[in-house]
Amino acid sequence: MSCSDFSTCVMSVLGVPPQALFGQLLLGLINGSFYAMLSLGLAVIFGLLNIINFAHGAQYMMGAFGAYLLLNNGYFSIGYWPALVLSPLIVGLFGILLERNLLSQLNVRSKTRSVTAIGAFFVILIVLYGSHLASVLGLGSTVPDLPSLLGYNMDATTAYAAAAIGGLLAATVFANTGLIDSHDADQHTDHLYGLLLTFGLAIIIQGLFVNQYGSSGLPYTIPTELSGGKNLGFMFLPIYRGWVVVASLFVCISTWLMIEKTKLGAYLRAATENPTLLAAFGVNVPRLITFTYGFGVALAGLAGVLAAPIYSVNPNMGADLIIVVFAVVVIGGMGSILGSIVTGFLLGIVEGLTKVFYPQAASTVIFVVMAIVLLIKPAGLFGKAA
Amino acid sequence: MRFRTFCFAAAILAWPIASQAETAVKIGVLNDRSGLYADLAGEGSVVAANMAIEDFKAAQKGLKVEVVSADHQNKPDIAVNKAREWYDQDGVDAIFDVPTSSVALAISALTQEKNKVFIDSGAATSDLTGAKCSPNTLHWTYDTWELAHGTGAAAVKAGGTTWFFLTADYAFGAALERDTAAVVVAEGGKVLGDVKHPLNTQDFSSYLLQAQSSGAKVVGLANAGGDTINSIKQAAEFGIVQGGQKLAGLLVFITDVHSLGLKTAQGLVLTSPFYWDLNDGTRAFSDRFMKTTGKRPSMVQAGVYSSVLHYLKAVNAVGSAKDAQKVMAKMKEMPTDDPLFGKGSVRADGRVLHDSYLFEVKKPEESKGPWDYYKLISTTPAEKAFRPMNQGGCPLVAGK
Repeated sequence: MSCSDFSTCVMSVLGVPPQALFGQLLLGLINGSFYAMLSLGLAVIFGLLNIINFAHGAQYMMGAFGAYLLLNNGYFSIGYWPALVLSPLIVGLFGILLERNLLSQLNVRSKTRSVTAIGAFFVILIVLYGSHLASVLGLGSTVPDLPSLLGYNMDATTAYAAAAIGGLLAATVFANTGLIDSHDADQHTDHLYGLLLTFGLAIIIQGLFVNQYGSSGLPYTIPTELSGGKNLGFMFLPIYRGWVVVASLFVCISTWLMIEKTKLGAYLRAATENPTLLAAFGVNVPRLITFTYGFGVALAGLAGVLAAPIYSVNPNMGADLIIVVFAVVVIGGMGSILGSIVTGFLLGIVEGLTKVFYPQAASTVIFVVMAIVLLIKPAGLFGKAA
Repeated sequence: MRFRTFCFAAAILAWPIASQAETAVKIGVLNDRSGLYADLAGEGSVVAANMAIEDFKAAQKGLKVEVVSADHQNKPDIAVNKAREWYDQDGVDAIFDVPTSSVALAISALTQEKNKVFIDSGAATSDLTGAKCSPNTLHWTYDTWELAHGTGAAAVKAGGTTWFFLTADYAFGAALERDTAAVVVAEGGKVLGDVKHPLNTQDFSSYLLQAQSSGAKVVGLANAGGDTINSIKQAAEFGIVQGGQKLAGLLVFITDVHSLGLKTAQGLVLTSPFYWDLNDGTRAFSDRFMKTTGKRPSMVQAGVYSSVLHYLKAVNAVGSAKDAQKVMAKMKEMPTDDPLFGKGSVRADGRVLHDSYLFEVKKPEESKGPWDYYKLISTTPAEKAFRPMNQGGCPLVAGK
């Protein structure tokens, strides 16, 4: 065999020129940065709330749609850079509402609160969409509602979504002003409840988006500052992809530093270990939990904005990705922050290499790795054994 | 007692009269209603079917047509279960649309077993009227052979002599690549390689890089829907076109172009047997369609309209929807004629013949607004647009 050194020898044996291999490694890293950012959010949420957030994919999709809607709506046009901040904020706020009104309610039974939320939902729905509901119920088409009085025609999706968000908002406001009682007790619920709740939410959110925007996707172009590419010699690297890696690394590292090195992070870790004891020291644990969930969700939203210019922005974009990301979290070790980051990048590379050697298996390889890791280390690569 | 007997006798006497006066027809529109093909088929196909019933004036002709629909989720097992339920329990006489080739092949086999009628509009594989043809199946709108010969031949003639394929790894992708590769070779070109990607892939960068390093002049996209959108979007990002390579989208729907935006999609050459802005007939239909759905019809939805119309004509001529073979024979005997696909015919192997068009996607400055996307380059007449019957290997017509 005539090859100059060992590495070229190995690679020519595998049938792939070394230059192509470097290209694929880099691409793997780019995809890995999406996995890392999404699994990081999941890990943060699981660590503190003990909830497997199945709505993460839907929240990632909402981030991408947020960017699209900020740019394309009838009122204003907000570009990529502000959207990079605004869209995750909006999605994060939505997450906070969910946590306050639905997820935290898994632990405590506060009937008044649920009744407030449901009641407010129907009141808003009737105000916004009453004329349609009346005609469905056979009450005639004479019943007015607010949009029709103002001369607008509201569609079903917007009305239901507005009513749902309004209901949650109303319950939060009432609870925080002390008009209704609200307790927060022990935070460690059975995984199953949170999983079912978030899974159901994800399906509802995706369904609403499909209904409103169709399933084939919406256009979102790369910002001009980041368009074009650079020839690295071994491959053509689009500048935007480079930016994704940089942004993702920045977010991952700063999140990790925040959790490991700051006082806030210390509270967070303490709440993961023993929330009751931390509450006894005077830390507002429920609020910490709410903001952690909001932060994890905002991370998903940010990944969504980053993905919008390169992937098709469609309601199912998150559902396709989330299963892979769950596998990443399981391989890294449930709840391990560092594990989720490292595994995210690592599996991106593994998947990238599979696309060269046996492309048909690209969608399966991560699950094969998961099975092997679970057989050898049931707690995951970075997880603590139970 | 006597009164009751009288009533009973009257009922028995009246029964055949009532059923003669009204022929009941039940048709099922089975397609993707929530996934990646929901926009190009989905509820729009049901709307199109209902428009056909309305335009046929079925009620006045004594046909009582009922439409049912279901989501097959692009999964053959789910589709077959649903179709079995429709045929066995719900009395469905014919199934329409069915995008996704693997699903369509499964429904075609089931329909033959149950001796019902299946008219496919949404799926692409030319095997439906080739090696896997059935006496109970018609293939209406388009197929892989037509796409390959339309887009593939045009690209080779324009100088694209070497090809690399990005192929969706299932029945449709395989058929499309096979048919296109045959055209490329026949026209004097060469296939340098291919890569098969899983259905519903998000990231195509790795595959595009392989296409780039192959040095082929044309990168053929043998995929559909979201996969095509993602590959075109990312090909622009990786500078495939700036690098001198050409993209050939072998199956591009108008919903894909809508989703990509003209800025990304401009210049793409594609084959389609239908475009909403082709002539007065298609425009009138599309305006009505848009009033209900808010969108322009895709070729798949147009095909559902046209196939339901032809089916009802045949049922009306036969006088019943229950004898599938008689209805099939009638459909093959009558010429097809409707405002959307023009005049055409149904061949013995089940292939429906009509004109096919080569379009180019407009530049953003050429377009007058949303949905104004295509300009016509050339027309292939019906007799040349589809695979000659003797090349398909359909056992039904062997030796003819």
